[in-house]
Amino acid sequence: MRHPIPPGTRDILPDEMRELRELQATLTEVFESRGYGQVATPTLEYDSVLSRGEGRSGVGAYRFFDERGELLALRSDMTIPIARLVASRFADAEPPLRFSYIGNAYRVVRPQRAQVRQFMHAGVELVGAGAPDGTAEVIEVLSAALDAVGLNRAVVGLGDADLYRQLLTELGVDDEPRMRILDRLAMHDLVGLEGEVDRVEGLPPDGRETLLRLPGMRGGAEVLDQARELGGGAVERAAQRLQATYDALVERGVADRVQLDLSLLRDLGYYTGAILEVYDPALGHILGGGGRYDDLLGQFGAPMPAAGFGLYLERVHLAQMEEERISEEETS
Amino acid sequence: MAPTVEGPIRARTGGPMKLAIPRGALFGPTLDALDSIGFDTSEMRGDSRSLIFSLDGLTVVTIRPSDVPTYVEAGAADLGITGKDVLLEQRDRVVYEILDLGYGSCRMVLAAREGDESLDESERRLGAMRIATKYPRIAERHFDETGRQAEIIDVKGSVELAPLVGLADGIVDLVATGRTLSENGLEVREEIVTSTARLVANRVSHKLRAAEVDDLVERLRPKGM
Repeated sequence: MRHPIPPGTRDILPDEMRELRELQATLTEVFESRGYGQVATPTLEYDSVLSRGEGRSGVGAYRFFDERGELLALRSDMTIPIARLVASRFADAEPPLRFSYIGNAYRVVRPQRAQVRQFMHAGVELVGAGAPDGTAEVIEVLSAALDAVGLNRAVVGLGDADLYRQLLTELGVDDEPRMRILDRLAMHDLVGLEGEVDRVEGLPPDGRETLLRLPGMRGGAEVLDQARELGGGAVERAAQRLQATYDALVERGVADRVQLDLSLLRDLGYYTGAILEVYDPALGHILGGGGRYDDLLGQFGAPMPAAGFGLYLERVHLAQMEEERISEEETS
Repeated sequence: MAPTVEGPIRARTGGPMKLAIPRGALFGPTLDALDSIGFDTSEMRGDSRSLIFSLDGLTVVTIRPSDVPTYVEAGAADLGITGKDVLLEQRDRVVYEILDLGYGSCRMVLAAREGDESLDESERRLGAMRIATKYPRIAERHFDETGRQAEIIDVKGSVELAPLVGLADGIVDLVATGRTLSENGLEVREEIVTSTARLVANRVSHKLRAAEVDDLVERLRPKGM
Protein backbone atom coordinates (compact mmCIF):
# COMPACT_ATOMS: atom_id res chain seq x y z
CA MET A 1 0.00 0.00 0.00
CA ARG A 2 1.18 3.51 -0.73
CA HIS A 3 0.84 6.22 1.85
CA PRO A 4 1.33 9.86 0.89
CA ILE A 5 3.72 12.36 2.45
CA PRO A 6 3.05 16.11 2.23
CA PRO A 7 4.26 17.88 -0.92
CA GLY A 8 7.62 19.58 -0.40
CA THR A 9 8.87 16.85 1.94
CA ARG A 10 10.76 13.71 1.00
CA ASP A 11 12.33 10.51 2.23
CA ILE A 12 16.10 10.12 2.05
CA LEU A 13 17.33 6.64 1.17
CA PRO A 14 20.69 5.08 2.09
CA ASP A 15 22.75 6.03 -1.00
CA GLU A 16 21.85 9.69 -0.74
CA MET A 17 22.10 9.60 3.06
CA ARG A 18 25.68 8.34 2.87
CA GLU A 19 26.65 11.22 0.60
CA LEU A 20 24.82 13.78 2.72
CA ARG A 21 26.49 12.42 5.87
CA GLU A 22 29.88 12.75 4.21
CA LEU A 23 29.05 16.29 3.20
CA GLN A 24 27.99 17.08 6.76
CA ALA A 25 31.16 15.53 8.18
CA THR A 26 33.33 17.58 5.81
CA LEU A 27 31.57 20.81 6.72
CA THR A 28 31.64 20.03 10.46
CA GLU A 29 35.38 19.47 10.19
CA VAL A 30 35.89 22.85 8.47
CA PHE A 31 33.74 24.66 11.03
CA GLU A 32 35.21 22.97 14.12
CA SER A 33 38.81 23.42 12.94
CA ARG A 34 38.17 27.18 12.88
CA GLY A 35 36.68 27.26 16.34
CA TYR A 36 33.00 27.14 15.36
CA GLY A 37 31.57 24.62 17.81
CA GLN A 38 28.37 22.96 16.67
CA VAL A 39 25.09 23.67 18.43
CA ALA A 40 21.58 22.31 18.00
CA THR A 41 18.42 24.17 18.94
CA PRO A 42 14.83 22.91 19.10
CA THR A 43 12.97 22.56 15.83
CA LEU A 44 9.95 24.06 17.60
CA GLU A 45 10.05 27.40 19.37
CA TYR A 46 7.57 29.92 20.71
CA ASP A 47 6.34 32.03 17.83
CA SER A 48 6.59 35.17 19.98
CA VAL A 49 10.33 34.52 20.44
CA LEU A 50 11.17 33.73 16.80
CA SER A 51 9.13 36.63 15.46
CA ARG A 52 11.25 39.08 17.47
CA GLY A 53 13.94 38.64 14.85
CA GLU A 54 11.91 38.57 11.69
CA GLY A 55 11.37 42.23 11.00
CA ARG A 56 9.24 43.37 8.11
CA SER A 57 9.49 40.47 5.70
CA GLY A 58 8.59 37.64 8.10
CA VAL A 59 9.41 34.51 6.12
CA GLY A 60 6.39 32.21 6.03
CA ALA A 61 6.73 29.90 9.03
CA TYR A 62 4.51 26.99 10.02
CA ARG A 63 2.63 27.96 13.15
CA PHE A 64 0.28 25.96 15.33
CA PHE A 65 -1.11 25.69 18.85
CA ASP A 66 0.18 23.10 21.29
CA GLU A 67 -1.97 21.26 23.82
CA ARG A 68 -1.81 24.21 26.25
CA GLY A 69 -2.84 26.71 23.61
CA GLU A 70 0.65 28.19 23.16
CA LEU A 71 1.44 29.43 19.65
CA LEU A 72 4.50 27.54 18.37
CA ALA A 73 6.45 27.87 15.14
CA LEU A 74 8.79 25.60 13.20
CA ARG A 75 12.06 27.45 12.76
CA SER A 76 12.38 28.93 9.26
CA ASP A 77 16.12 29.49 9.52
CA MET A 78 18.88 28.82 12.06
CA THR A 79 20.12 32.37 12.62
CA ILE A 80 17.23 33.58 14.75
CA PRO A 81 17.28 30.55 17.10
CA ILE A 82 21.03 31.01 17.58
CA ALA A 83 20.53 34.72 18.34
CA ARG A 84 17.97 33.63 20.96
CA LEU A 85 20.45 31.07 22.33
CA VAL A 86 23.31 33.56 22.52
CA ALA A 87 21.18 36.17 24.31
CA SER A 88 19.83 33.59 26.79
CA ARG A 89 22.97 31.64 27.59
CA PHE A 90 26.03 33.60 26.49
CA ALA A 91 25.07 37.21 27.26
CA ASP A 92 28.00 37.59 29.68
CA ALA A 93 30.52 35.51 27.72
CA GLU A 94 33.62 37.19 26.33
CA PRO A 95 33.06 37.90 22.60
CA PRO A 96 33.63 36.94 19.89
CA LEU A 97 31.49 33.80 20.00
CA ARG A 98 31.65 31.23 17.25
CA PHE A 99 28.91 28.67 16.55
CA SER A 100 28.09 26.33 13.70
CA TYR A 101 24.98 24.30 12.92
CA ILE A 102 23.58 21.66 10.62
CA GLY A 103 19.85 21.18 10.84
CA ASN A 104 16.49 21.24 9.14
CA ALA A 105 14.48 24.41 8.74
CA TYR A 106 10.92 24.77 7.46
CA ARG A 107 9.14 27.27 5.27
CA VAL A 108 5.65 27.55 3.91
CA VAL A 109 5.58 26.72 0.20
CA ARG A 110 3.46 27.81 -2.71
CA PRO A 111 1.74 24.87 -4.36
CA GLN A 112 2.83 23.38 -7.71
CA ARG A 113 6.25 24.95 -7.61
CA ALA A 114 8.37 22.00 -6.53
CA GLN A 115 9.40 24.07 -3.53
CA VAL A 116 10.53 22.30 -0.41
CA ARG A 117 8.95 22.77 2.99
CA GLN A 118 11.87 21.19 4.77
CA PHE A 119 15.48 21.87 3.89
CA MET A 120 18.82 21.17 5.50
CA HIS A 121 20.84 24.22 6.41
CA ALA A 122 24.54 24.23 7.38
CA GLY A 123 26.43 27.33 8.41
CA VAL A 124 28.17 29.45 11.00
CA GLU A 125 27.43 32.50 13.15
CA LEU A 126 30.15 34.84 14.38
CA VAL A 127 28.80 36.98 17.23
CA GLY A 128 30.57 39.97 18.74
CA ALA A 129 32.93 40.71 15.85
CA GLY A 130 32.06 43.74 13.73
CA ALA A 131 32.75 44.80 10.17
CA PRO A 132 34.99 44.53 8.31
CA ASP A 133 37.08 41.86 9.96
CA GLY A 134 34.20 39.74 11.27
CA THR A 135 32.66 39.73 7.80
CA ALA A 136 35.98 38.73 6.23
CA GLU A 137 36.39 35.87 8.70
CA VAL A 138 32.94 34.52 7.86
CA ILE A 139 33.71 34.69 4.13
CA GLU A 140 37.02 32.92 4.71
CA VAL A 141 35.24 30.07 6.50
CA LEU A 142 32.66 29.94 3.70
CA SER A 143 35.39 29.80 1.10
CA ALA A 144 37.16 26.97 2.94
CA ALA A 145 33.85 25.10 3.21
CA LEU A 146 33.22 25.40 -0.55
CA ASP A 147 36.72 24.14 -1.33
CA ALA A 148 36.37 21.27 1.14
CA VAL A 149 33.19 20.01 -0.54
CA GLY A 150 34.81 20.22 -3.98
CA LEU A 151 33.06 23.34 -5.30
CA ASN A 152 36.27 25.06 -6.34
CA ARG A 153 34.50 27.14 -8.96
CA ALA A 154 31.88 28.51 -6.57
CA VAL A 155 31.69 32.29 -6.20
CA VAL A 156 30.60 34.45 -3.26
CA GLY A 157 28.63 37.56 -4.16
CA LEU A 158 29.20 40.43 -1.71
CA GLY A 159 26.85 43.39 -1.52
CA ASP A 160 25.55 45.92 0.99
CA ALA A 161 22.08 45.73 2.51
CA ASP A 162 22.05 49.38 3.60
CA LEU A 163 23.02 50.87 0.26
CA TYR A 164 19.53 51.36 -1.21
CA ARG A 165 17.82 52.22 2.09
CA GLN A 166 20.34 55.00 2.70
CA LEU A 167 20.33 56.11 -0.92
CA LEU A 168 16.53 56.45 -0.99
CA THR A 169 16.63 58.41 2.27
CA GLU A 170 19.29 60.69 0.85
CA LEU A 171 17.20 61.24 -2.28
CA GLY A 172 14.17 62.06 -0.11
CA VAL A 173 11.98 59.28 -1.53
CA ASP A 174 8.88 58.82 0.64
CA ASP A 175 7.61 55.64 2.26
CA GLU A 176 5.29 54.37 -0.42
CA PRO A 177 7.43 54.81 -3.54
CA ARG A 178 10.39 53.73 -1.39
CA MET A 179 8.73 50.38 -0.65
CA ARG A 180 7.82 49.88 -4.28
CA ILE A 181 11.37 50.66 -5.42
CA LEU A 182 12.91 48.31 -2.81
CA ASP A 183 10.41 45.67 -3.89
CA ARG A 184 11.45 45.96 -7.56
CA LEU A 185 15.12 45.84 -6.54
CA ALA A 186 14.58 42.74 -4.41
CA MET A 187 12.84 41.06 -7.37
CA HIS A 188 15.57 42.35 -9.67
CA ASP A 189 12.92 43.65 -12.03
CA LEU A 190 14.92 46.35 -13.82
CA VAL A 191 12.10 47.25 -16.20
CA GLY A 192 9.69 47.75 -13.30
CA LEU A 193 12.36 49.62 -11.37
CA GLU A 194 12.70 52.19 -14.15
CA GLY A 195 8.92 52.63 -14.15
CA GLU A 196 8.80 53.17 -10.38
CA VAL A 197 11.79 55.52 -10.38
CA ASP A 198 10.20 57.62 -13.12
CA ARG A 199 7.03 57.93 -11.04
CA VAL A 200 8.90 59.58 -8.15
CA GLU A 201 8.22 63.29 -8.21
CA GLY A 202 11.09 65.73 -7.88
CA LEU A 203 13.84 63.13 -8.21
CA PRO A 204 17.03 64.81 -9.45
CA PRO A 205 18.34 63.40 -12.78
CA ASP A 206 21.57 62.16 -11.22
CA GLY A 207 19.57 60.36 -8.52
CA ARG A 208 17.59 58.59 -11.23
CA GLU A 209 20.82 57.67 -13.00
CA THR A 210 22.28 56.28 -9.75
CA LEU A 211 19.21 54.17 -8.93
CA LEU A 212 19.10 52.68 -12.42
CA ARG A 213 22.80 52.01 -12.86
CA LEU A 214 23.77 50.57 -9.47
CA PRO A 215 21.79 47.31 -9.88
CA GLY A 216 23.87 46.42 -12.95
CA MET A 217 27.21 46.79 -11.19
CA ARG A 218 28.92 43.53 -10.32
CA GLY A 219 32.49 42.32 -10.74
CA GLY A 220 35.90 42.95 -9.21
CA ALA A 221 37.21 45.88 -7.18
CA GLU A 222 36.70 48.19 -10.18
CA VAL A 223 32.96 48.09 -9.43
CA LEU A 224 33.51 50.33 -6.42
CA ASP A 225 35.22 52.98 -8.55
CA GLN A 226 32.38 52.86 -11.07
CA ALA A 227 29.87 53.29 -8.26
CA ARG A 228 31.76 56.21 -6.74
CA GLU A 229 31.64 58.04 -10.06
CA LEU A 230 27.87 58.22 -9.62
CA GLY A 231 28.47 60.37 -6.54
CA GLY A 232 26.41 60.89 -3.38
CA GLY A 233 27.01 60.18 0.30
CA ALA A 234 25.08 56.90 0.53
CA VAL A 235 26.98 55.35 -2.38
CA GLU A 236 30.27 56.64 -1.00
CA ARG A 237 29.60 55.14 2.45
CA ALA A 238 28.57 51.77 1.00
CA ALA A 239 31.65 51.80 -1.25
CA GLN A 240 33.82 52.48 1.79
CA ARG A 241 32.24 49.62 3.75
CA LEU A 242 32.68 47.24 0.83
CA GLN A 243 36.22 48.46 0.20
CA ALA A 244 37.16 47.82 3.83
CA THR A 245 35.70 44.30 3.68
CA TYR A 246 37.39 43.68 0.35
CA ASP A 247 40.76 44.81 1.73
CA ALA A 248 40.32 42.45 4.69
CA LEU A 249 39.55 39.64 2.22
CA VAL A 250 42.68 40.42 0.21
CA GLU A 251 44.68 40.20 3.43
CA ARG A 252 43.19 36.78 4.14
CA GLY A 253 43.85 35.65 0.57
CA VAL A 254 40.22 34.92 -0.36
CA ALA A 255 39.33 38.03 -2.40
CA ASP A 256 39.57 36.08 -5.69
CA ARG A 257 36.54 34.09 -4.74
CA VAL A 258 34.39 37.18 -4.18
CA GLN A 259 32.32 39.11 -6.69
CA LEU A 260 31.35 42.58 -5.53
CA ASP A 261 27.69 43.06 -6.38
CA LEU A 262 25.76 46.27 -5.85
CA SER A 263 22.50 44.67 -6.97
CA LEU A 264 22.20 42.36 -3.97
CA LEU A 265 19.22 42.89 -1.70
CA ARG A 266 18.29 39.77 0.22
CA ASP A 267 14.69 39.42 1.25
CA LEU A 268 15.27 38.64 4.94
CA GLY A 269 14.53 41.72 6.98
CA TYR A 270 17.33 41.48 9.52
CA TYR A 271 20.42 42.12 7.37
CA THR A 272 22.54 45.23 7.89
CA GLY A 273 25.70 46.07 5.95
CA ALA A 274 27.37 43.19 4.11
CA ILE A 275 25.17 40.59 2.42
CA LEU A 276 26.32 37.40 0.73
CA GLU A 277 25.06 34.98 -1.91
CA VAL A 278 26.77 31.79 -3.05
CA TYR A 279 26.74 30.55 -6.65
CA ASP A 280 28.22 27.63 -8.49
CA PRO A 281 28.39 27.70 -12.29
CA ALA A 282 26.99 24.16 -12.46
CA LEU A 283 23.68 25.10 -10.82
CA GLY A 284 21.07 27.70 -11.74
CA HIS A 285 19.96 28.28 -8.13
CA ILE A 286 21.83 30.00 -5.31
CA LEU A 287 23.56 27.63 -2.90
CA GLY A 288 23.11 29.80 0.16
CA GLY A 289 23.65 33.23 1.57
CA GLY A 290 24.27 35.31 4.62
CA GLY A 291 25.67 38.60 5.77
CA ARG A 292 25.79 40.93 8.73
CA TYR A 293 22.89 41.38 11.15
CA ASP A 294 24.26 43.85 13.64
CA ASP A 295 20.83 44.73 15.07
CA LEU A 296 19.41 41.24 15.48
CA LEU A 297 21.02 40.39 18.84
CA GLY A 298 19.73 43.70 20.16
CA GLN A 299 16.17 42.48 19.46
CA PHE A 300 16.91 39.75 22.00
CA GLY A 301 18.41 42.17 24.53
CA ALA A 302 22.08 41.41 23.90
CA PRO A 303 23.23 44.09 21.43
CA MET A 304 26.31 42.76 19.62
CA PRO A 305 27.42 42.87 16.00
CA ALA A 306 27.12 39.54 14.21
CA ALA A 307 27.55 37.88 10.83
CA GLY A 308 27.09 34.43 9.35
CA PHE A 309 26.22 32.30 6.36
CA GLY A 310 24.03 29.30 5.68
CA LEU A 311 24.31 26.78 2.85
CA TYR A 312 21.38 24.75 1.53
CA LEU A 313 22.85 21.30 1.93
CA GLU A 314 20.68 19.56 -0.67
CA ARG A 315 21.66 22.15 -3.27
CA VAL A 316 25.34 21.83 -2.40
CA HIS A 317 24.94 18.09 -2.93
CA LEU A 318 23.26 18.72 -6.30
CA ALA A 319 26.05 21.11 -7.33
CA GLN A 320 28.63 18.45 -6.41
CA MET A 321 26.84 15.98 -8.67
CA GLU A 322 26.62 18.45 -11.55
CA GLU A 323 30.29 19.38 -11.20
CA GLU A 324 31.25 15.69 -11.26
CA ARG A 325 29.14 15.19 -14.36
CA ILE A 326 30.76 18.17 -16.08
CA SER A 327 34.30 17.02 -15.33
CA GLU A 328 33.44 13.51 -16.57
CA GLU A 329 32.11 15.01 -19.81
CA GLU A 330 35.26 17.06 -20.20
CA THR A 331 37.60 14.12 -19.69
CA SER A 332 35.66 11.62 -21.82
CA MET B 1 19.24 20.96 -42.20
CA ALA B 2 19.69 23.33 -39.33
CA PRO B 3 22.96 23.27 -37.42
CA THR B 4 21.63 21.60 -34.31
CA VAL B 5 23.73 21.21 -31.22
CA GLU B 6 25.27 17.81 -30.67
CA GLY B 7 26.01 16.12 -27.41
CA PRO B 8 25.35 17.18 -23.87
CA ILE B 9 24.71 20.85 -23.28
CA ARG B 10 24.08 20.78 -19.57
CA ALA B 11 27.41 22.35 -18.67
CA ARG B 12 26.73 25.97 -17.98
CA THR B 13 30.18 27.50 -18.00
CA GLY B 14 32.39 28.08 -20.96
CA GLY B 15 30.72 27.42 -24.26
CA PRO B 16 28.05 29.66 -25.73
CA MET B 17 25.29 31.17 -23.61
CA LYS B 18 21.85 29.65 -23.98
CA LEU B 19 18.95 31.87 -24.95
CA ALA B 20 15.37 30.56 -24.77
CA ILE B 21 13.06 32.20 -27.29
CA PRO B 22 9.29 31.83 -27.63
CA ARG B 23 7.54 30.05 -30.48
CA GLY B 24 4.31 31.73 -31.53
CA ALA B 25 3.51 35.39 -32.06
CA LEU B 26 6.80 36.66 -30.64
CA PHE B 27 8.92 34.26 -32.72
CA GLY B 28 9.21 36.41 -35.87
CA PRO B 29 9.98 39.72 -34.14
CA THR B 30 12.47 37.93 -31.87
CA LEU B 31 14.33 36.53 -34.89
CA ASP B 32 14.27 40.03 -36.43
CA ALA B 33 15.82 41.41 -33.24
CA LEU B 34 18.55 38.75 -33.33
CA ASP B 35 19.18 39.49 -37.04
CA SER B 36 19.49 43.19 -36.31
CA ILE B 37 22.36 42.60 -33.89
CA GLY B 38 24.28 40.45 -36.33
CA PHE B 39 23.10 36.87 -35.84
CA ASP B 40 22.06 34.83 -38.84
CA THR B 41 18.70 33.24 -38.03
CA SER B 42 17.85 32.05 -41.56
CA GLU B 43 18.10 28.39 -40.52
CA MET B 44 15.48 28.97 -37.84
CA ARG B 45 13.04 30.55 -40.25
CA GLY B 46 12.71 27.40 -42.34
CA ASP B 47 10.37 24.57 -41.49
CA SER B 48 12.94 22.84 -39.32
CA ARG B 49 11.63 20.66 -36.53
CA SER B 50 14.80 21.20 -34.51
CA LEU B 51 14.39 22.78 -31.12
CA ILE B 52 17.99 23.82 -30.56
CA PHE B 53 20.00 26.01 -32.91
CA SER B 54 23.57 27.12 -32.83
CA LEU B 55 24.17 30.72 -33.86
CA ASP B 56 27.53 32.40 -33.79
CA GLY B 57 28.44 32.34 -30.10
CA LEU B 58 24.87 31.74 -28.91
CA THR B 59 22.80 28.59 -28.46
CA VAL B 60 19.12 29.27 -29.05
CA VAL B 61 16.39 26.97 -27.75
CA THR B 62 12.85 27.44 -29.02
CA ILE B 63 10.02 26.73 -26.57
CA ARG B 64 6.49 27.77 -25.64
CA PRO B 65 6.36 31.34 -24.30
CA SER B 66 4.91 30.13 -20.99
CA ASP B 67 7.81 27.69 -20.52
CA VAL B 68 10.48 30.39 -20.81
CA PRO B 69 10.44 31.40 -17.10
CA THR B 70 10.65 27.72 -16.10
CA TYR B 71 13.78 27.09 -18.17
CA VAL B 72 15.45 30.33 -17.13
CA GLU B 73 14.67 29.96 -13.42
CA ALA B 74 16.26 26.50 -13.41
CA GLY B 75 19.32 27.70 -15.33
CA ALA B 76 18.55 25.40 -18.28
CA ALA B 77 18.76 28.66 -20.26
CA ASP B 78 20.91 31.61 -19.20
CA LEU B 79 18.60 34.13 -20.83
CA GLY B 80 15.09 34.08 -22.20
CA ILE B 81 12.64 36.20 -24.13
CA THR B 82 8.93 36.12 -23.35
CA GLY B 83 5.93 38.40 -22.92
CA LYS B 84 5.30 40.47 -19.81
CA ASP B 85 1.92 38.73 -19.63
CA VAL B 86 3.71 35.41 -19.04
CA LEU B 87 5.93 36.95 -16.36
CA LEU B 88 2.91 38.46 -14.59
CA GLU B 89 1.04 35.17 -14.69
CA GLN B 90 4.09 33.39 -13.24
CA ARG B 91 5.21 36.16 -10.93
CA ASP B 92 6.71 33.85 -8.32
CA ARG B 93 9.26 32.45 -10.76
CA VAL B 94 12.63 33.82 -9.71
CA VAL B 95 14.03 35.34 -12.91
CA TYR B 96 15.67 38.70 -13.41
CA GLU B 97 13.69 40.94 -15.76
CA ILE B 98 16.39 43.03 -17.35
CA LEU B 99 15.14 44.65 -20.54
CA ASP B 100 11.92 45.80 -22.22
CA LEU B 101 12.45 44.80 -25.85
CA GLY B 102 9.59 47.02 -26.98
CA TYR B 103 8.04 44.70 -29.56
CA GLY B 104 5.11 42.31 -29.24
CA SER B 105 2.88 44.98 -27.79
CA CYS B 106 -0.54 43.85 -26.62
CA ARG B 107 -3.09 44.49 -23.88
CA MET B 108 -4.59 42.29 -21.19
CA VAL B 109 -8.28 43.19 -21.10
CA LEU B 110 -11.59 42.30 -19.57
CA ALA B 111 -14.04 41.74 -22.42
CA ALA B 112 -17.70 40.80 -22.68
CA ARG B 113 -20.40 40.45 -25.34
CA GLU B 114 -21.27 43.72 -27.03
CA GLY B 115 -24.03 45.50 -25.17
CA ASP B 116 -24.47 42.61 -22.76
CA GLU B 117 -25.27 43.35 -19.08
CA SER B 118 -24.44 40.01 -17.53
CA LEU B 119 -21.13 41.16 -15.94
CA ASP B 120 -22.97 43.80 -13.92
CA GLU B 121 -25.97 41.65 -13.32
CA SER B 122 -23.94 38.72 -11.98
CA GLU B 123 -22.01 41.02 -9.71
CA ARG B 124 -25.20 42.62 -8.38
CA ARG B 125 -27.36 39.51 -8.00
CA LEU B 126 -24.75 36.76 -7.44
CA GLY B 127 -21.93 38.75 -5.78
CA ALA B 128 -19.35 37.57 -8.29
CA MET B 129 -18.71 37.70 -12.03
CA ARG B 130 -17.91 34.51 -13.89
CA ILE B 131 -14.70 35.06 -15.85
CA ALA B 132 -13.08 32.60 -18.27
CA THR B 133 -9.36 33.06 -18.85
CA LYS B 134 -6.02 31.49 -19.67
CA TYR B 135 -4.51 33.90 -17.13
CA PRO B 136 -6.20 33.01 -13.82
CA ARG B 137 -3.64 34.73 -11.61
CA ILE B 138 -3.63 38.02 -13.51
CA ALA B 139 -7.43 37.96 -13.54
CA GLU B 140 -7.71 37.16 -9.84
CA ARG B 141 -5.28 39.91 -8.94
CA HIS B 142 -7.11 42.45 -11.07
CA PHE B 143 -10.44 41.79 -9.35
CA ASP B 144 -8.79 41.70 -5.92
CA GLU B 145 -7.12 45.04 -6.53
CA THR B 146 -10.35 46.63 -7.72
CA GLY B 147 -12.28 45.25 -4.77
CA ARG B 148 -14.55 42.89 -6.70
CA GLN B 149 -15.13 39.17 -6.61
CA ALA B 150 -14.93 36.88 -9.56
CA GLU B 151 -15.32 33.20 -10.14
CA ILE B 152 -12.31 32.40 -12.31
CA ILE B 153 -12.81 29.63 -14.86
CA ASP B 154 -9.50 28.32 -16.12
CA VAL B 155 -9.66 27.35 -19.81
CA LYS B 156 -6.86 26.43 -22.20
CA GLY B 157 -7.97 27.60 -25.62
CA SER B 158 -10.46 29.79 -27.56
CA VAL B 159 -11.51 31.79 -24.53
CA GLU B 160 -13.80 33.92 -26.74
CA LEU B 161 -16.21 31.04 -26.90
CA ALA B 162 -16.97 31.04 -23.17
CA PRO B 163 -19.30 34.09 -22.99
CA LEU B 164 -20.99 33.16 -26.28
CA VAL B 165 -22.24 29.82 -24.96
CA GLY B 166 -22.87 30.92 -21.38
CA LEU B 167 -19.86 29.41 -19.63
CA ALA B 168 -18.84 32.86 -18.38
CA ASP B 169 -20.05 36.47 -18.22
CA GLY B 170 -16.77 37.77 -19.59
CA ILE B 171 -13.18 36.92 -20.35
CA VAL B 172 -9.75 38.15 -19.40
CA ASP B 173 -7.46 37.72 -22.38
CA LEU B 174 -4.58 39.14 -24.34
CA VAL B 175 -5.51 41.39 -27.27
CA ALA B 176 -3.17 42.60 -30.00
CA THR B 177 -5.45 44.08 -32.67
CA GLY B 178 -8.86 43.32 -31.19
CA ARG B 179 -9.98 41.55 -34.36
CA THR B 180 -10.68 38.19 -32.74
CA LEU B 181 -12.83 39.94 -30.16
CA SER B 182 -14.93 41.87 -32.64
CA GLU B 183 -15.34 38.88 -34.95
CA ASN B 184 -16.89 37.06 -32.01
CA GLY B 185 -19.12 39.95 -31.00
CA LEU B 186 -17.06 40.85 -27.94
CA GLU B 187 -15.89 44.27 -26.78
CA VAL B 188 -13.22 45.54 -24.39
CA ARG B 189 -14.67 46.67 -21.04
CA GLU B 190 -11.50 47.30 -19.03
CA GLU B 191 -7.82 47.42 -19.77
CA ILE B 192 -5.81 45.57 -17.10
CA VAL B 193 -2.20 45.92 -18.21
CA THR B 194 -0.11 46.37 -21.34
CA SER B 195 2.54 43.86 -22.28
CA THR B 196 5.65 43.77 -24.46
CA ALA B 197 8.46 41.27 -24.94
CA ARG B 198 11.01 41.15 -22.09
CA LEU B 199 14.51 39.79 -21.76
CA VAL B 200 14.93 37.76 -18.57
CA ALA B 201 18.04 36.23 -17.03
CA ASN B 202 18.83 33.37 -14.69
CA ARG B 203 20.06 34.86 -11.44
CA VAL B 204 23.27 32.80 -11.35
CA SER B 205 24.07 33.45 -15.03
CA HIS B 206 23.47 37.15 -14.44
CA LYS B 207 26.26 37.05 -11.83
CA LEU B 208 28.72 34.53 -13.24
CA ARG B 209 28.46 35.50 -16.91
CA ALA B 210 28.00 39.20 -16.21
CA ALA B 211 30.07 40.56 -19.11
CA GLU B 212 28.40 38.37 -21.73
CA VAL B 213 24.92 39.11 -20.37
CA ASP B 214 25.55 42.86 -20.27
CA ASP B 215 26.97 42.82 -23.79
CA LEU B 216 23.88 41.12 -25.18
CA VAL B 217 21.59 43.46 -23.21
CA GLU B 218 23.29 46.54 -24.63
CA ARG B 219 23.07 45.21 -28.17
CA LEU B 220 19.40 44.25 -27.81
CA ARG B 221 18.40 47.50 -26.10
CA PRO B 222 15.87 49.26 -28.38
CA LYS B 223 17.28 52.43 -29.89
CA GLY B 224 16.15 55.62 -28.22
CA MET B 225 15.65 54.02 -24.80
